[in-house]
Amino acid sequence: MKILVCISRTPDTTAKIAFTDNNTKFATDGVQWIINPYDEWYALVRAIELKEKDASIGIHLITIGGAETEPIIRKALALGGDEAIRVNSTEEDPYFIANQIAVVAKEGAYDLILTGKETIDHNGSSIGAMVAELLDTPFISLATKLDIEPTQAVVTREIEGGEEEAEINFPLVLSCQKGMAEARIPNMRGIMAARTKPLAVKEPLASEKLTSTKAFVLPPAKSGVKLIPAETPELLVQLLREEAKVI
Amino acid sequence: MPVIIFTEHSEEKIKKSSLEAISYGVALAGKLNTDAIAFVVGPTAATLSELGDFGIKKVVHANDSSIVTSDTKSMAAIIAQAVEAYQADIVVFSNTLTAKGVAPRLSVRMKAGLVTGAVALPDLTDGFSVRKTVFSGKAFADIQILSAKKIISLNQNAFEIIKSTGKAEVIPFTAANIPNSIKIKKINRVAGEISLAEADKVVSAGRGLKGPENWGMVEELAKLLGAATACSRPVADSNWRPHHEHVGQTGLSIAPDLYIAIGISGAIQHLAGVNRSKTIVVINKDPEAPFFKSADYGIVGDAFEVVPKIIEAVKQLKK
Ligand SMILES: Cc1cc2nc3c(=O)[nH]c(=O)nc-3n(C[C@H](O)[C@H](O)[C@H](O)COP(=O)(O)OP(=O)(O)OC[C@H]3O[C@@H](n4cnc5c(N)ncnc54)[C@H](O)[C@@H]3O)c2cc1C
Repeated sequence: MKILVCISRTPDTTAKIAFTDNNTKFATDGVQWIINPYDEWYALVRAIELKEKDASIGIHLITIGGAETEPIIRKALALGGDEAIRVNSTEEDPYFIANQIAVVAKEGAYDLILTGKETIDHNGSSIGAMVAELLDTPFISLATKLDIEPTQAVVTREIEGGEEEAEINFPLVLSCQKGMAEARIPNMRGIMAARTKPLAVKEPLASEKLTSTKAFVLPPAKSGVKLIPAETPELLVQLLREEAKVI
Repeated sequence: MPVIIFTEHSEEKIKKSSLEAISYGVALAGKLNTDAIAFVVGPTAATLSELGDFGIKKVVHANDSSIVTSDTKSMAAIIAQAVEAYQADIVVFSNTLTAKGVAPRLSVRMKAGLVTGAVALPDLTDGFSVRKTVFSGKAFADIQILSAKKIISLNQNAFEIIKSTGKAEVIPFTAANIPNSIKIKKINRVAGEISLAEADKVVSAGRGLKGPENWGMVEELAKLLGAATACSRPVADSNWRPHHEHVGQTGLSIAPDLYIAIGISGAIQHLAGVNRSKTIVVINKDPEAPFFKSADYGIVGDAFEVVPKIIEAVKQLKK
């Protein structure tokens, strides 16, 4: 069983969101970078949990990014991946990225490809399903549970107002969210081991781009809070009806 | 070169989020001088001709109960066939759980640039660019779609439902050779709750409520207002509330008309999921709680005293 986990580098959740170059670029000054939480907490850690039960499972990681993404790849390896591939491109179009992953996935004949449910910067939620379509495999979005049997996976996913359990043959692609795994932090042994784990760098394949980012916009700031005395909450209810017109 | 709107339904009716997508699709088709077609998959008790009330003249219905709508592969194949049959250039989705599995697949099939999480109609003054949320609601990006074919997945509660009059013609559609790649074992539904993603009002509470036994007043207020209930992450992590109620950067991102936050500090990761709400009310006993900076209305006070009074006032209002 071979698992490919897609890893993305994102700004830390507390990073200040600002833009430069006429609002066309994210201002990276002083930004801490992390593994996209969904990729780490759910996709990668679930793969590691599965490997702990069955040591024959191989976990490979893939990132599309420049050399600046290597620290987070090492961190992911410290958590538990076996080896990693970085496709050397800073391109951001999801179709382009999915094509790079699909090529590697095909060459490596992976049984299972895991992504996080979305990245916390692009909020695209589209790479996993695109990869699945390129590979012509099944895809389950927003999976909350994953178990593997010899020829198939048993996957639970969120549906509106509940959940659904399905059986799917390998190979398949899953996007992972909360419920999948218990969060963990890398230990010293993992960090040491990660230094020497293989990290291959590949040049991207030529692929079309279907989108590009024109500009960023910050939402308008709130004009300020209207405080209502705690003794007269009925005033709040009145304002919600007459001023905000929401109840 | 019509616009096709992928239209979802629950057992009985067309989903509210799909009516938003339809209104968006109709408006977009108007801008482009073309037709808007609603595409519906699977049997439904909804009277599809009534989509005319939202400006739709043509509904295409693949009324086949054997289609496994959870199978993203089948769904993308079916929609692709409809796109082909009607020579559509643009497909509009509501950015639902289903769309997240299907729209990207369709994007690959059609070689159509995809924007998920759209919040406004495209700007056509210089190419075709669509505004979407990025950085978990902390900013927007204008994404230029470069391909001739385009797919837009509209955020929920981001576009107003626009009423019109008329009856839509319903045309049956037969999909051919649909693959089936998954086998559904079981479905568990929590009945009777208002779907959080679609809700236009949300009452949410945090660790300030001390324990799950204190959620009665949250549920009561929500019920009175016709609101869904939500919670902060530590509340879900401690199993005080079900996980699907967790909103924020790592939970659900929502944009209701009204968001009432009770005993929630307003950490940046929480705000990320709720700051697109139109009106935010914060009830917190700490005047320094960061949430007040992002609120429209606030009460500095003890939730256990304030919330019951609010409930009374809402009851009075309803009389
Ligand atoms: C990577 C990452 C991702 C995260 N993602 C999320 C996310 O998606 N969603 C999320 O919510 N959090 C998330 N968090 C956690 C977040 O940082 C906060 O810890 C969390 O939101 C705090 O929850 P809270 O406001 O319920 O609790 P607290 O921060 O403990 O706040 C409780 C509040 O209740 C008030 N209070 C106490 N008693 C009363 C009373 N009697 N009446 C009125 N008010 C009272 C207090 O003044 C305080 O402001 C994330 C954190 C990280 C690091």
